[in-house]
Amino acid sequence: MSTVQAKTTPHAVVTGVTRVFPGAGGRAPVHALGPVDLVLARGEFVSVVGPSGCGKSTLLEILAGLQPPSQGTLVFEDRPVCGQVPDGVGVVFQENAAFPWLTVRENIAFGLRRAGVDGAEVARRVEHALGLMGLADFARSYPAQLSGGMRQRVCIARTLVMQPRLVLLDEPFGALDQQTRLLMGDELLRLWRETGATVLLITHALDEAALLSDRVAVMSARPGRFLDMVETGWPADRDSRLVEDPRLGAISARLWSRLREESLKAMSTGEAAR
Amino acid sequence: MKRSTRIRLWVIAGLVGGLEVLCRTEVIGRFTMIPPSEMILGLVRIVRQGDMNADIVATLGNVAVALVSAIVVGFLVGALLFVLPRVRRVIDPLLATYYAIPIFVFYPLLIVLLGLNRFPQIAIGFMLAVVAMIVNTLNGFDRVPQSLLKTARVYRMGRVRTTFLVILPCAMLYIFTGLKLAVAYSFIGVIAAEFILSGEGLGYEISFAYNNFENATMYPLIVLVIGLSALINMVLYAWEKKYLQRQTER
Ligand SMILES: Nc1ncnc2c1ncn2[C@@H]1O[C@H](COP(=O)(O)OP(=O)(O)OP(=O)(O)O)[C@@H](O)[C@H]1O
Ligand SMILES: [Mg+2]
Repeated sequence: MSTVQAKTTPHAVVTGVTRVFPGAGGRAPVHALGPVDLVLARGEFVSVVGPSGCGKSTLLEILAGLQPPSQGTLVFEDRPVCGQVPDGVGVVFQENAAFPWLTVRENIAFGLRRAGVDGAEVARRVEHALGLMGLADFARSYPAQLSGGMRQRVCIARTLVMQPRLVLLDEPFGALDQQTRLLMGDELLRLWRETGATVLLITHALDEAALLSDRVAVMSARPGRFLDMVETGWPADRDSRLVEDPRLGAISARLWSRLREESLKAMSTGEAAR
Repeated sequence: MKRSTRIRLWVIAGLVGGLEVLCRTEVIGRFTMIPPSEMILGLVRIVRQGDMNADIVATLGNVAVALVSAIVVGFLVGALLFVLPRVRRVIDPLLATYYAIPIFVFYPLLIVLLGLNRFPQIAIGFMLAVVAMIVNTLNGFDRVPQSLLKTARVYRMGRVRTTFLVILPCAMLYIFTGLKLAVAYSFIGVIAAEFILSGEGLGYEISFAYNNFENATMYPLIVLVIGLSALINMVLYAWEKKYLQRQTER
């Protein structure tokens, strides 16, 4: 277990969090996560990498208030999180979560309408997001008519229009090809700079984590704990042109050296095969 | 028009035309079947004269009552079973094997219980339709993905809003399948029950005409029943295409 100190004001604080899924139907309980400690500083961009099934999504859902931790506490903006998603948190899920019965535009507007934002403002923000995400031509399409990557962009767009102060993304670019990933990464960085939001990104792409983040947390095989926290030292105005930077390779290499053994462990317990 | 649609229409037209020729040339005798053109003319006559209007109204009324009650009850029972998983575990095998039972064996019992009036027919239509509605409602609720429910929680929506704005629209696709089946089943149930024993309705009139060798009445009525169910199915199909298909098409 490694404790991570934030550089500036804490925004979200995870202390001693574990998650054990009770064994249903005679099966043994699953110790999925922790204990982990993590401090996300306000405005920071942190990525989490770890072998398959190590509890990354579980950590994200606990952070979002969607799952209770079995032990430990969680504080967001100086208030404890329990049983409800706090205001100001946005989540992009690993699975496709666009509403299939709504058009792209309606999907993006959905959360704003629920939050009671007035019509003109909804329209303004939705148009902006459509343009930003390259979805303008598909505003009247339904999610089933889009490619997997575009559907994921809808989910990112509808999260961002809510202007969350903490953005949690669970492998949002998993369905995208490498080129689109890089461009979407740039887009995400730009939005991050513009909004000053705190970002937690879960990814399985080490180079992506190394390129986008201020810090990268490396998790062990299940039950996931933090093995290492790598500071990248990039400037805030970074973008995908960093792929040429030799330091990027060095960071990715360090992440991989930490993860190699853990990934093998996960493989041998069959996690990766799931 | 799509190529396959065009071919299908030609096939149907060919079959009807062939039948017309066979009837006209007396290969098929008049006591067996009247030519399709006469069926249509007979239908026009029946509708013009209006002597069957009471029967048409009776049948459609019974179907409507059976259908609406099956939809309402089926949906409510499905929703209830969904929120009561223990009860559901007990009931599930019964639902799964329900259509193995020929419901019509209960018709005499229903007549004894309810009397010789429209209610046994409605009950048969209802009984045939309601389980399709229950099963498909349950299926619809089962298929609401966890990720959509989590999304609702991220939007900080309460239970009621989640139910009406996420769960129901999402389940609608499957519930609609139940609805289409319920329409077909309630039609079959009511008309077949009228056939077996009844004093009015299209099923009754068809069987009456049959017993009296009145082919000139029987065939137009059969065409009427086919036409009615085709019409209703077309409306449902169009609605489905307009509102539901776009959710799943690739
Ligand atoms: N509801 C649940 N009940 C029981 N076990 C669960 C549940 N949810 C997750 N798990 C288990 O907890 C572990 C961690 O799951 P989680 O989804 O957090 O992993 P992950 O790191 O996100 O994996 P991936 O990289 O495949 O997305 C897995 O072994 C999984 O089987
Ligand atoms: Mg995951």
